[in-house]
Amino acid sequence: MSTVLERVTKVIVDRLGVDESEVTENASFREDLGADSLDVVELVMELEDEFDMEISDEDAEKIVTVGDAVKYIESKLN
Amino acid sequence: MGKLEGKTAVVTGASRGIGRAIALELAKEGANVVVNYSGSKEKAEQVVNEILEMGRKAIAVQANVADNDSVQNLMKKALEEFGSIDILVNNAGITRDNLLMRMKEEEWDEVIQTNLKGVFLCTKAVTRQMMKQRSGRIINIASVVGVTGNAGQANYTAAKAGVIGLTKTAARELASRNILVNAVAPGFITTEMTDALPEDVKTSMLSQIPLGKFGKPEQVAKAVVFLASDDAEYITGQVLHVDGGIAM
Ligand SMILES: NC(=O)c1ccc[n+]([C@@H]2O[C@H](COP(=O)([O-])OP(=O)(O)OC[C@H]3O[C@@H](n4cnc5c(N)ncnc54)[C@H](OP(=O)(O)O)[C@@H]3O)[C@@H](O)[C@H]2O)c1
Repeated sequence: MSTVLERVTKVIVDRLGVDESEVTENASFREDLGADSLDVVELVMELEDEFDMEISDEDAEKIVTVGDAVKYIESKLN
Repeated sequence: MGKLEGKTAVVTGASRGIGRAIALELAKEGANVVVNYSGSKEKAEQVVNEILEMGRKAIAVQANVADNDSVQNLMKKALEEFGSIDILVNNAGITRDNLLMRMKEEEWDEVIQTNLKGVFLCTKAVTRQMMKQRSGRIINIASVVGVTGNAGQANYTAAKAGVIGLTKTAARELASRNILVNAVAPGFITTEMTDALPEDVKTSMLSQIPLGKFGKPEQVAKAVVFLASDDAEYITGQVLHVDGGIAM
């Protein structure tokens, strides 16, 4: 069973076409991973599908880094 | 082979008038169609039957475009049935005409809710799917009066001008995902909406149409088919007038 971080990383690598090594917990989607605002919306959509959950627009706005996404998803899964 | 073979189209307000003609024309070109209606169940079912007779698939789905839950349900049904949404035609619209000074707040609100907010809600509801598909066409039925203004239609012209602005913004936001958004601006088209106008109004309108005659719903539908087809793959954010030359 992959960890949340591994699954999130895979979604990011697939969507943004970045190298896996760039996807660290501190990496910001927009600053470090080259995502534009539409990419972030799409990433959130794909994370919703991957983890079968709904992420409200308000919560999505607070997700800035890879770590934010992982923490958010982990808290929702528990 | 039709121009839209195997595509899925959702047409709002497709039970009557222009929307009906659009649904039928899309089906003629090979599309499967979700026929949305508000109250005219039987009429919507007739449209569905006509499409089935052409050998295409179609379903009728009741939804109020001004209500978000209702719109979500419409798109959900479309996806359950056909698995994709390739074309959205925002056609549902109403009029509540009155002079500005006499216009009631309810008349203003109702028209803005259906004709403008409805387009926003439906567009928002399909973008997720279209972004995933990396393709989609959204065609909004505006009106020539949204460009020119028209005495007695403050609410309606404001909504239609709003639709044109929304069309251009959506076109810019979604272009990178290969979702093309355009508007069609019909002029005076013979439908139940226009049948209701008094004779003298019709006569004076006719005098303003360079081509000298009223339009037909099918003529609007052909423009929609064009914008939905591969022929229009380099066109986005535009307003195509089908108005006999009223506005140039
Ligand atoms: N006719 C013209 O000359 C003309 C000119 C320029 C632009 N337009 C535009 O073209 C579009 C169609 O006009 P039309 O002349 O064909 O009108 P129409 O004959 O009155 O038909 C209106 C359609 O919209 C549906 N509708 C109304 N409110 C709705 C709602 N809240 N939710 C879902 N569907 C709703 C109706 O469904 P029900 O049958 O169930 O009520 C019907 O199918 C409108 O956007 C109109 O503004 C028309």
